[in-house]
Amino acid sequence: MKFSRIIANTGEWLSGEGPNRQIVVSSRVRLARNLRNKPFPGWAKKAERLEVMTAVKEAVSRLPEMEDSFSENLEALSPLEKQVLVERHLISREHAAKGVGSAVVMNTPQSLSVMINEEDHLRMQAICCGLQLENVHKMIDRVDTELDGQLEIAFDDTLGYLTACPSNVGTGMRASAMLHLPGLVMSDQINKIINSVNKIGLAVRGLHGEGTEAMGNLFQVSNQTTLGETEGEIIGRLNRVIEQIIDHEQNARALLAQRKAITLHDQIGRAYGLLSHAYSISSKEALNLLSIIKLGIDLAVFPDAHRFPVDELFIETQPAHLQKGAQLQKMTSEERDSLRADLIRSKLAQVPQPDISRLTISTHEPPETT
Amino acid sequence: MQCDVCQSKEATVFLTQIVDGKMQKVNLCEGCSKEKGVNDPTGFALADLLLGLGDSQQIEKTAASNKCPVCGFTQADFKKTGRLGCSNCYSVFAEGILPMLKNMHKGTRHTGKVPAVHAEQRERSEKMKSLQESLDKAIADEEFELAADLRDRIRQVEAELAK
Ligand SMILES: [Zn+2]
Ligand SMILES: [Zn+2]
Repeated sequence: MKFSRIIANTGEWLSGEGPNRQIVVSSRVRLARNLRNKPFPGWAKKAERLEVMTAVKEAVSRLPEMEDSFSENLEALSPLEKQVLVERHLISREHAAKGVGSAVVMNTPQSLSVMINEEDHLRMQAICCGLQLENVHKMIDRVDTELDGQLEIAFDDTLGYLTACPSNVGTGMRASAMLHLPGLVMSDQINKIINSVNKIGLAVRGLHGEGTEAMGNLFQVSNQTTLGETEGEIIGRLNRVIEQIIDHEQNARALLAQRKAITLHDQIGRAYGLLSHAYSISSKEALNLLSIIKLGIDLAVFPDAHRFPVDELFIETQPAHLQKGAQLQKMTSEERDSLRADLIRSKLAQVPQPDISRLTISTHEPPETT
Repeated sequence: MQCDVCQSKEATVFLTQIVDGKMQKVNLCEGCSKEKGVNDPTGFALADLLLGLGDSQQIEKTAASNKCPVCGFTQADFKKTGRLGCSNCYSVFAEGILPMLKNMHKGTRHTGKVPAVHAEQRERSEKMKSLQESLDKAIADEEFELAADLRDRIRQVEAELAK
């Protein structure tokens, strides 16, 4: 499969349906695996990396899940193409920096991807829309079991799966969910939430930055520890915390609508106004304003039919995606800011003006009125 | 406040993480925080970073001459990178790694998925162990007929293992 086909369609996780879709953008599970007694990628010599890559790539390509897949060596991808994959969360920033001896394989819906010779010989992930960590884990677990029969995987009776970094040993699993939390950010509660989640051994990170610096009000919650609990226990713990965060976010939105209605209306109106009329906009400003539009869709201020085009803009306005048409010459950031504004204006032209009278709050429980 | 990594520049990035009620702090300068990938949301950077700093003393306890026979990795390499050389390094540097795992994780024993190949081997070796114990007992009790029978079964399992 050609890279152009990957570029042409955004992944299934962006357009699909899933539980708690409004607040939970995506669920992802990543497994780290290594071949027994082969030097880890960071320590291996080039010839050793190539040997491992060839063996792993062959095994991965034979998987039924990868029947129609995109598979490429990292040195064969341009920096821009690598960046597109990073912006889609299909490969890590670290992997994008790799060259000869590393590779990536992914299926057509972009729900499964395998990084070969990242920090570990294999980093494989499944990603889906909404909150469905168990399903996503099942998807990647099946791939793992299939590979297990074909490759000699490093496993120890006491320590479990052995990884390049001791922080991933055991299950080798990172489960994470990307949450959209504008209500908690607007009501200044986000740091409180981050602190309490950190206290129970889970990590919260902004999509591009730490704490309230997060762009687009997007936060990733993931497990920090991998040894001493089963995969199911880790995912259960994450699920319980995420469900609580969802409740807090919904309550925050309800309280904003009740007590700070003017501020909320104002923010939605301004976001719409700015995005509809800007001729130059940075990635950060765009994400933050798009987040408010997304909130407006959740609150029924904009018709739900516009959810997908707006969600898509979160990815399409990222630097490498903007540039993907003009592959050869590198754009300046001014040129990108102008192109980004053009793209957003043309998409927002389809979205009607905000109708504040339609504002509806949906919560599990009514918010406290004290 | 000084940067914990380079010990020279002024720290501007402060990280705190609480795992099971234990607070761990790291102060970094701008340069070192970038180098360690602290701002990278996709990486597992924070845990790695804490590992690389706080536990370096524990690693030094193991003999400095230790070298992995499979991949040639040394203690010094581990201190430098916070990563290991190959899967065999876990047994070579076990003494230094185990206390570190205790600090980083919920436990020190894997309780999750076991690959099928491994589960089978584990089952066979447990079977062998119990057969051997029965055999020892049979011999001690001078039940030679039973002992001969058990020896046959052990040979059978051994043959299976050799396959
Ligand atoms: Zn420093
Ligand atoms: Zn080694």
